[in-house]
Amino acid sequence: MSSAVWRWDLAWELLPELILAFLQYTLGITLAAAAVAIVLGLVLALGRRSESRLVSWPTGAVIEFIRSTPVPIQLFFVYYAMPAMGINISALVTGISVLGVHYACYMSEVYRAGIEAVPPGQWEACTALSLSPQRTWRAVILPQVVRRILPSTGNQVIALFKETPFLIVIGVAEMVTVANRMGADNFRYVEPITIAGFIFLAASYPTSVLIRKLEARLAQ
Amino acid sequence: MPSESVPAGTAPDPTSAIIRFDDVVKRFGPKTVLDNMRFSIAPGERVTLIGPSGSGKTTILRLLMTLEKVTDGVIWVNGEPLSHERKGDKLVPASEGYLRKQRRQIGMVFQQFNLFPNMTVVENVMEAPVSVLGKSKDEARAEGTELLTKVGMGDFCNAHPSTLSGGQQQRVAIARALAMQPDILLLDEVTSALDPELVVDVLNVLRNIAETTDITMLIVTHEMHFARDVSDRVMMFDKGVIVEDGSPDKIFNDPDHQRTRNFLRAVLEER
Repeated sequence: MSSAVWRWDLAWELLPELILAFLQYTLGITLAAAAVAIVLGLVLALGRRSESRLVSWPTGAVIEFIRSTPVPIQLFFVYYAMPAMGINISALVTGISVLGVHYACYMSEVYRAGIEAVPPGQWEACTALSLSPQRTWRAVILPQVVRRILPSTGNQVIALFKETPFLIVIGVAEMVTVANRMGADNFRYVEPITIAGFIFLAASYPTSVLIRKLEARLAQ
Repeated sequence: MPSESVPAGTAPDPTSAIIRFDDVVKRFGPKTVLDNMRFSIAPGERVTLIGPSGSGKTTILRLLMTLEKVTDGVIWVNGEPLSHERKGDKLVPASEGYLRKQRRQIGMVFQQFNLFPNMTVVENVMEAPVSVLGKSKDEARAEGTELLTKVGMGDFCNAHPSTLSGGQQQRVAIARALAMQPDILLLDEVTSALDPELVVDVLNVLRNIAETTDITMLIVTHEMHFARDVSDRVMMFDKGVIVEDGSPDKIFNDPDHQRTRNFLRAVLEER
């Protein structure tokens, strides 16, 4: 076995499988979890704003609890501890749910900032026109919020994307789990782990550049 | 249309009043903004509210638009309570559902226009007629276009508010308020945020509305010439009470109170 620091032949051999794992799992998990985060984040933000303390207080407590505990612990808990309580969820669904819920808590803060940035005059105009609360949110407030939070939402999705390797703790076959297994199989970790890192970079850097461009355009 | 002045504190025939304030008190924390406010306004009257800032005139408009709640007292609109609702033979503070129904009689134009930036000009005007009154989009668009033409904005139906000048935005906001066909139109310093050369267009639009409709108007403004032209009645406020209430002629030419004289002198010098 060669003792070269970097073996191109091995790198080329491993690349297709890593890319496949990336496309099949890492990307899919990211998009699914982001969808959960974006929808649930709005629900949590509205819950926290509720005039009823019976709603706003528990919502706030849940958000703080989830934000203050690490993703791996949440993954362990849901995947290994909850079956003991009779709840069995597949590793993939666990991974998507935990990441989705975790980032929903961050997204709720993003929504909150976006909602607070809508000038009070917009709410007053809705009242003056007798718009219903539902219509006020749907037709006036949310479209303005979405526009404002588009860049931060993009950044949250990139952050979520970079946390998908945590799913290794529950054995989801996402790219880093695959890279880790390749390392064990070949007794060489340099190539698979480096390639996995570059695939992350290749995906997240252009995205963040795009987001910055979008940010600049929206600021005009 | 009755236009004779009504002395402060004595209501005209209450059954004919479109707006009545019954001992209305408004406090923000320890600060009393309106103190036992009592007045009536007849249907079709054009009333200008003047006075230094903090005198309570804008609070009156905001209470009528139900953007604020009274601390004490009752506001009546069209013979029905606005701040309260009837429960048996008692009046209890109005619920959100009751307010939603009652406030349809009232429209408001704001100092900062508050157009919806995510909608075109005509969509701004159509929104409430479609979603509140249940009109069809075609009907609302036709009526909206007509109103926009009336305020000189007919060519801008598909423009976005951010592309318009302040004066243009304010004219759209006036059309938007009128689209709900309110009985009462509240105008809160509608020219204060405008460049001087844009003020005239907005005032002309309001003059035109005053001449061609019988809508009741409450106007908070520092444009004294406009107030004199358009209003039937001027109320002078200071520190949460009505100092003087009379015809524009009386208030502007021969006010009874030194406070009114001082205020008018200060405003006119500033111009």
